[in-house]
Amino acid sequence: MIGFIQNLIDALSLGGLYALTALGIGLLFGILRLINLAHGDLISVAAYALIVPSVDVTARMFIGDFNILFLLPSIAVIVIVLALVTDFAAFRPLRKATTPTLMIASFAVSYIIQNGILMIYGSRPKAINLWGAANQQIQVGDLRVPLLQVITVAVTLALMVGLSLFLSRTRYGVQMRAAAEDFRMAQYLGVKGNFVIGIAFAISGILAAAVGLLYVTQSGSLSHTMGVPLALFAFVAVVVGGMGSLPGAVAGGFAIGFIVTMLQAYLPPDLRVFRDAFAFAIVILVLLFRPQGLIPARNVVERV
Amino acid sequence: MDRILLNLRQMQTPALLIALLAAVAGLAALTGSDAMATTIAEMMIRVVVVVGLYVFIGNSGIISFGHISFMCIGAYAAAWMTAEPTFKQIMLSGLPGWLQGTQYPFLVAMAGSAILPAFVGLLLGGAITRLGGIACSIATFAVLMITNSVYANWDSWTAGVSSIIGIPTVVGPWVAWAFAAVAVVAAWLYQISRHGLMLRATRDDPVAAQASGIGLVKARLGAFVLSAALVGLGGGLYAQFLGILTVDPFYLGLTFITLAMLVVGGMSSLTGAVIGVIGVTVIVEFLRMFERGEMGPLTLPPGSQELGLGILMALILVLRPTGLAGGRELKLFGRRPAPAPAAPEAARTAPAE
Repeated sequence: MIGFIQNLIDALSLGGLYALTALGIGLLFGILRLINLAHGDLISVAAYALIVPSVDVTARMFIGDFNILFLLPSIAVIVIVLALVTDFAAFRPLRKATTPTLMIASFAVSYIIQNGILMIYGSRPKAINLWGAANQQIQVGDLRVPLLQVITVAVTLALMVGLSLFLSRTRYGVQMRAAAEDFRMAQYLGVKGNFVIGIAFAISGILAAAVGLLYVTQSGSLSHTMGVPLALFAFVAVVVGGMGSLPGAVAGGFAIGFIVTMLQAYLPPDLRVFRDAFAFAIVILVLLFRPQGLIPARNVVERV
Repeated sequence: MDRILLNLRQMQTPALLIALLAAVAGLAALTGSDAMATTIAEMMIRVVVVVGLYVFIGNSGIISFGHISFMCIGAYAAAWMTAEPTFKQIMLSGLPGWLQGTQYPFLVAMAGSAILPAFVGLLLGGAITRLGGIACSIATFAVLMITNSVYANWDSWTAGVSSIIGIPTVVGPWVAWAFAAVAVVAAWLYQISRHGLMLRATRDDPVAAQASGIGLVKARLGAFVLSAALVGLGGGLYAQFLGILTVDPFYLGLTFITLAMLVVGGMSSLTGAVIGVIGVTVIVEFLRMFERGEMGPLTLPPGSQELGLGILMALILVLRPTGLAGGRELKLFGRRPAPAPAAPEAARTAPAE
């Protein structure tokens, strides 16, 4: 029983990372119909921004040594700026393009960012120790829970509550929801398209920055493709949850986290190396029976 | 007579494309350098792969990020059939006896490297082609990750993270060219067949096509299986070109390069697929020469080649989303097809006419 609860906490914290990533991706999909394959690379950039840019093997902390009150906004600003630059340079000229074209464009952006990181920081993975204290364990009854997992779950919840308050209570949040519902109609009613899209990119940047910092604290290493697996799991989470639905993205993220953790815990040891294959096979099976996702969005079916 | 003329006219595009590829290979052979021969052989293999990609992506309009997994499956199928039996007995202990003890001829191995991926494509495609366009694209990522995870960890069949060696290297520029020709003809025959036309109809207007009685899933699945077979064939050639095989190359990097080739050339015509491979190969080779400092005073830092390719692809998408070929096919004579709605602009700039 204790073992199961332990696994459940693992699943919650991993699912939280996937859910936050999926939210960033789902937010843009809702408004722009853009599947942003470069989202994972924003996560990598958030982590790399902590160190001094150089191709040296050992990482020297730069922003990573700042007080946390400066560190968080600095990383967030860097990632937001990068997200806005990708919008401005690649996606804005493609506003009228079809969804597959946008998807390929974001694949190109992802490739550019990855190789940009490679050029600046070198190709070898680097060890990095951010907030080492967060990796200690806390004892709750018979449970031993890594503090970082508690922080991850707390941050996930806080960001989700924050985002949903923003979407429901603020002027720009309402405009964003209107744009996601029917972009052209929202424009007719006075919503400034590019402005709302810019806000969506900025929010996805904040989410990516949060995921990047949490992830690098946990993994303790940097590599130019570190964000890619997170983003791939999150894409699948978005589809499993129901394309275009934010609650769906969150549900999908937690579902994937749950599946992966439980496979890791309960697969026989010699099959454990195939964990990801099993996870994705389960996903494909789920989609066979529920192609519209767990929580389908209302406005996805295109009118003719 | 008319019928024969019609057939000839219909087959001119693949014939011209094959001749174009032969001309490129011939010109390269004139330089007589080994490095050039390697580049050309690799380019021809990429033609097989990208034409295979085109069969699904170009005709269905659905982007697939998972086809490189079929290349992986095809490459390993060829390796299982042709690697040194002594190596197989030591390292690939899981292989059944009929694979382990025998070294099959090249053409048999190529057949295997097309059939196995086609079969896997049928199984996986049956599931994912049911999804809508975007969800299907994302599910193809799942296919890529499933294959990668299985082949990287299935030690007794794939030697896991270590490599399979002792595969006969029988593929040179002209052998690869012959297979590129096969791929081009196969893709063309599919494209002008009833099934190909039906699938293209679902690409252009899924609702109208379905209302006309076209089975969306069935049409997509057929193309998916054929394209898996062709991409797998490309993988088999790749294995017999390199002689050594690991799982690593069959992942996102190669996915990106092959997709870039298709996009740069133009993903809605076979001509685009072929021209894209040639064009991107030329550009990448030039950037590599700059990186190595062979082009005089200007030396680019390592990584420029990848950055350049990424930027080129983004530029093409923004400035010329239909690619170099603009959705048109290479033709010398014959009636022009009725112009598509967007044709006037394409016609002005189409280089292929």
